[in-house]
Amino acid sequence: MRSSASPSRHRVSGSEPIGPYTLLRLERGDLDPGVPGQFFMLEAPGRLLPRPFSLCLAPPGELAFLVDPIGPGTEALCRLRPGDEIRVLGPLGHGYRLDVERPLLVGGGIGIAPLPYLAAALNAPPVIAGFRTQAHAEAAAILPSNAEVVVEPTLVTELIDPGFDVLACGPEPMLHAVAALCPTAQLAWEAPMACGYGACYGCVVEIDGALARLCLEGPVLDAARVNGHVRNLVPDMSRGAVSA
Amino acid sequence: MRILNASGCLDALAAPEVARQLDAFVTKTVTPKPREGSDPPRIAETGHGMLNAIGLANPGRDRFVADHLPRLRELGVPLWVSVGGFSAADYAETCARLDDIEAIELNLSCPNVDEAADSAAEIVAACRGATDLPLYAKLSAAHPDVGEVARAVAAAGADGLSLINTLRGVALDRELRPVLARGSGGLSGPSLKPIALHAVAVCHQATDLPIVGMGGIETGRDALEFTACGARDVALGTVLFADPGAPTRVRAELVAARAEAGVAGPEDGKGLAKSPETEQKVHA
Repeated sequence: MRSSASPSRHRVSGSEPIGPYTLLRLERGDLDPGVPGQFFMLEAPGRLLPRPFSLCLAPPGELAFLVDPIGPGTEALCRLRPGDEIRVLGPLGHGYRLDVERPLLVGGGIGIAPLPYLAAALNAPPVIAGFRTQAHAEAAAILPSNAEVVVEPTLVTELIDPGFDVLACGPEPMLHAVAALCPTAQLAWEAPMACGYGACYGCVVEIDGALARLCLEGPVLDAARVNGHVRNLVPDMSRGAVSA
Repeated sequence: MRILNASGCLDALAAPEVARQLDAFVTKTVTPKPREGSDPPRIAETGHGMLNAIGLANPGRDRFVADHLPRLRELGVPLWVSVGGFSAADYAETCARLDDIEAIELNLSCPNVDEAADSAAEIVAACRGATDLPLYAKLSAAHPDVGEVARAVAAAGADGLSLINTLRGVALDRELRPVLARGSGGLSGPSLKPIALHAVAVCHQATDLPIVGMGGIETGRDALEFTACGARDVALGTVLFADPGAPTRVRAELVAARAEAGVAGPEDGKGLAKSPETEQKVHA
């Protein structure tokens, strides 16, 4: 885990729609992009608290994040224009272990966010992405061209071959379904988070049977560490929302 | 003026580089028994602040003393231990277990647990009998007359005051249900600053105790305002979540804020609230 010493200011280098989401590009500066699945706290202009986002892409000189505008903080991030500056802290937390033999990437909705960077770190792994509407599925444009895309009522779990090493990110019901199918899967969870570095104690979820801070233990956890209900995951909460 | 953290707003073991920016680190409140804390969701952003209902999650005093305290000492930052409980005896027994720290802060005002039946003064008196360490009483501005509480804890043997704790509040989601699993939580952040400044001014008039002022401090100017109302030191809370570099930044900004306000030295701005004119206005 990287130090949480101080956030740095980064200029917006681009902002483009990806289906219903926005891909926010920032100048990288001195920041390390980190391990896929790690996250960054992005200042939400005009809001008290920053919002957590996993890294989506790491083009040369840039860091790019996929933002779902579901509340005032994420909407403010989507309104940023090239030249604007925001504070960024990260990379934070624990990402995916990449030492897997047969990786299969699985994403649901805005949970596809970490998959492009994850796919780039692995050797062209297969990808399955699920969306709740055809409009949301347009976001699959950001995924590698080999991605298989399904739209509800078809579920990603219908396409998963349990023989693979699954690395997944998505809404809580999807993660539970993936865990039931693939007990060794690595799952990226989310929770309301004020700080991202262990200070606020707001992001606790039930890990190994006790409440623990997701920002320090995760956000990527082995499926076996989360039993039953996670208890802190708002079902419609998109990546990054504290109170939306 | 020293810069501390508000109790519960920083884990020095998880973020030592943030703790090392402080003049003293205040621990999360320690209770006699371990507490898992409140069920999540525990936090909600509000218009100009945030609510939290963490519920005094902590390892309990046995594990704190045996495991956490030795590791905290290794950080090389002066330590204040925040002590909580559900009776005067709870507080006093924990105080008796603590040594080799700079001070004890008695959390007499957590909005997220049931209050101890004993009064603030009774708790302070019990702790005074259990330790020679400096005792800071952390009070709530929710009391109708915080100055009266300040006088009572001073008479009971408190060495200082920490002002203020969060104030109880509620946030509702789209379906008009409380966002927090506990229902209510403690409001912190910029919303709190005017209330905190008033409490500091009132208690500064009511007692001669040194005061650690806190509540919505985000900038050096904010910190200067607390000293103007009578705080000797300040603590940073919610601002640490968005800016873990805040202690260093606020310290630097304070120099410029003093110059801008025409206040030369660290002591010059202090106690403005004790002038008869200001005193009258604060009570008006």
